[in-house]
Amino acid sequence: MSWWPVIALCGSAYALKALGLVLGERLDRDVSEGWSLQIVVVPVLAALIVVQTLSTGRHYALDARTPALLVAAVLVWRKAPFVVVAVAAASTAALLRIVA
Amino acid sequence: MPLVMSGDPIVRNALSIGVATGVYAVSFGVLSVAAGFSVVQTCVMSLVCFTGASQLTFASVIGAGGGVAGALPPALLLAGRNALYAFSLRGVLSGTVSKRALRAQVVVDETTAMAHAQPTLAAKRRAFDLTALCLFTAWNVGTLAGALAGRGLGNPRDYGLDAMFPAVFLALLAPQLRGPEAVRAAIAGVLIALALVPASPAGVPIIASALGAVPVLLVTGRRRKAVRG
Repeated sequence: MSWWPVIALCGSAYALKALGLVLGERLDRDVSEGWSLQIVVVPVLAALIVVQTLSTGRHYALDARTPALLVAAVLVWRKAPFVVVAVAAASTAALLRIVA
Repeated sequence: MPLVMSGDPIVRNALSIGVATGVYAVSFGVLSVAAGFSVVQTCVMSLVCFTGASQLTFASVIGAGGGVAGALPPALLLAGRNALYAFSLRGVLSGTVSKRALRAQVVVDETTAMAHAQPTLAAKRRAFDLTALCLFTAWNVGTLAGALAGRGLGNPRDYGLDAMFPAVFLALLAPQLRGPEAVRAAIAGVLIALALVPASPAGVPIIASALGAVPVLLVTGRRRKAVRG
């Protein structure tokens, strides 16, 4: 395979990251704390969680990932350690798939 | 898992994210070589592109015969959220120009979520750097292993790892949901994304969900002006 697909992907992926950094530094420069823009990530992370759990491609999907996320939600609510949340969610999905 | 026994929660969390990411990296390595990229090209992608979802999409579209013209747009739509992340990380991506340029390279889901889950700016910087270190190492070692070995570890789905990442992001989002404004922004983001799933290509629902923060930004912007004015 030629190198130009690799270069195109790498170049544009970095350009996107750098663009965000430069825009973030331009905007809101007068806020000394520097993290008022954090709110932008809150809906994005929430969307990421739901899209990764409830969809496959362009289709909605209810499968082993949903109960796994519910288990995780309960554990997060009960302030369980991070690793426990991660392992519990993965094992829930893996076990359900073995059973199914 | 002796790796995750460290006493420092940031180190422990960064290491567990790294371990899971490594398994995904192996499957990227396998997929990329199967799609026709050489081992070196595969490793260069992981080193320089360093955006999991984009790389996986790029390699699978090319592997399916979609060509670069077919593979680049979906990969970039998935990478687009990194621009939002970098934008939100102002202050966390600190240091000289070259240090900031280097840190921009490792702005992805995991590093951003870990940074923003911390209460202070110092902790955010530390969480960002440590997560980046674990993630970058795991992603690249895993890629090389997958590219050389071809399969081996099996499908990450078999270990439930596809369900693990949303759980991890939920754990990292929870501490950011302080106050009704953040909760409203999160709910708006979820609704926007879910509405767009059937109607738009992958990546778009997640980028568009950022609009959920617009009302909050407008209100705080107005408040700031009022204080200054």
